[in-house]
Amino acid sequence: MPPAEHFAAPPNWEWWILAYFFFGGISGGSYAIGTLLRLVGTPADQRAARIAFIASFVALLPCPLFLIADLGQPLRFINMLLDASGGGLSFKPWSPMSLGSWALLGFGLFSFVSFLGAVADGGWHAADPIARILRGTIGAVWNVIGTGLGFFVCGYTGVLLAVSNQPVWSDGWPLGGVFLASSLTGAAALLLLLARSRRDVDAGTSVRLELADRNFVVLEVVLIAVFLVTVAVAGTIGKMSGVWLLLWLVVILGLAAPFAFTRVDAARRWAPVTAPILALLSVLALRALVIFSAQT
Amino acid sequence: MAAFQERPVGFFTDTSICIGCKACEVACKEWNQLEGNKPELLLDSFDNTGQLDAQNWRHVQFIEQIPDNNGVVMNPTPIAGGQAWLMMSDVCKHCQNASCLEVCPTNAIVRTEYDSVFIQQDVCNGCRDCISACPYGVIGFNEKTGTAHKCTLCYDRLQNGLQPACAKACPTESIKFGYLDDLQAAADKRLAALQTAGYKKAQLYGRDAKVYGGLNAFFLLMDEPEVYKLPSAQNATLPSRNNLAGYAGGFVTAVVGLVAGVLAFRSQRMNEKTDATR
Repeated sequence: MPPAEHFAAPPNWEWWILAYFFFGGISGGSYAIGTLLRLVGTPADQRAARIAFIASFVALLPCPLFLIADLGQPLRFINMLLDASGGGLSFKPWSPMSLGSWALLGFGLFSFVSFLGAVADGGWHAADPIARILRGTIGAVWNVIGTGLGFFVCGYTGVLLAVSNQPVWSDGWPLGGVFLASSLTGAAALLLLLARSRRDVDAGTSVRLELADRNFVVLEVVLIAVFLVTVAVAGTIGKMSGVWLLLWLVVILGLAAPFAFTRVDAARRWAPVTAPILALLSVLALRALVIFSAQT
Repeated sequence: MAAFQERPVGFFTDTSICIGCKACEVACKEWNQLEGNKPELLLDSFDNTGQLDAQNWRHVQFIEQIPDNNGVVMNPTPIAGGQAWLMMSDVCKHCQNASCLEVCPTNAIVRTEYDSVFIQQDVCNGCRDCISACPYGVIGFNEKTGTAHKCTLCYDRLQNGLQPACAKACPTESIKFGYLDDLQAAADKRLAALQTAGYKKAQLYGRDAKVYGGLNAFFLLMDEPEVYKLPSAQNATLPSRNNLAGYAGGFVTAVVGLVAGVLAFRSQRMNEKTDATR
């Protein structure tokens, strides 16, 4: 197979898009972990589940703002959903940006309702009726559907990049999986950070989150390796070297941190927040690396 | 004047007779009221335009092919002893399978009654997905309007029975405008003549469906497409090629991620249950 040729111009997707990819990933990943904690965790894990749903919604809040700010005509953001030329809805399943706009809207609804349920469980009684509904089977179904949409929000951003003709992006079809796995890693790190900052979260929950985090890291490492192979085969891996090696270093540090902090004595002495912070920086660095390197 | 018939129209750009005068660039800017970019000295042959973008809907490429053998021509060819100065007036290809049209989330990009690809300025919201998708680097983002811009194939002129400004201005008729089937027939004849004359590398690009289902603005090239910064037929792939693989990869990752999470949370729960029963 000959090397891919790219003569495309860069779209100049920069900081707003990076911010969206990061917060959207954290939001979707947090929702998925919240669902896992709620459905297969212990009763002691339910406080962490509540935190996960709240974190998911809070991380999601700025996402539409980031996307609107990135548009050349921000007031026409609604054209993503409504067809301004032909009338009706603007829905193109084969366009990841179109599909992602709808998924973000749907996930926003699920995340908001789960957020209300979580704050009601935390003592805000105005939302008690919602919390009551979400405690039963309906709640479990709601969480499962919300997790599906959350996963989509985590991963479609990678597919969006791959469905282009840009170097690196279009050469790496596994990007969707890479971003999804990275979102889970980042969300687990964030929840660990939040759990360790609160006394009401069970210590066992933190241990379970650490184990989940390490599992997600393994998945992410495998997918990054597959992604790099596809980019290498296409002959565009050089775009991600040079100055970008600094970001690769941040990515590697963040991926290694959850293991180093449990196995290396010297590392254990560091504050327990260091590993999650490194992991979150790694999630950000990975997205920055992919977004910016292809466009330079 | 009466509008053109609602049939596929296009450009046939014969690069073998392009003289690099840039009249097409000037005519395009005048008619479409494009301000142009700030002048720059690019030191790239006679090219100071650089690329197609929001302000340049026509771009004349200058490609200097001089053998690097200390001036000694190793393999003489019928064309100027192996040396060539290729010129090509590049433009939006108005692809039959257009990458930009495929990804546009707002339906701002449409196909007109003349089979050209057109960006509706009042619908485009400046997301720039089309720029990311266009394999030819044709579309540019206009900071003033906040929207994507490219050649309209002079849609307004066509509706009034006028041919596009660039084709009208071209002094050598390197840029030919017309109904697509007529252009294709003319291109076949011209290619045959060139090949008979010994120009073995001469080839048509986008004349048939091998490149993006066929291009409404197609070219007669004097060398391989890559020389003119055009992807070869093998590399001319639509963005949607990654849709299925991308989503499938994401789905498998989601399933494995869920299993990884369940294993983490369930295993600890089982341990706790075991500890409690002891």
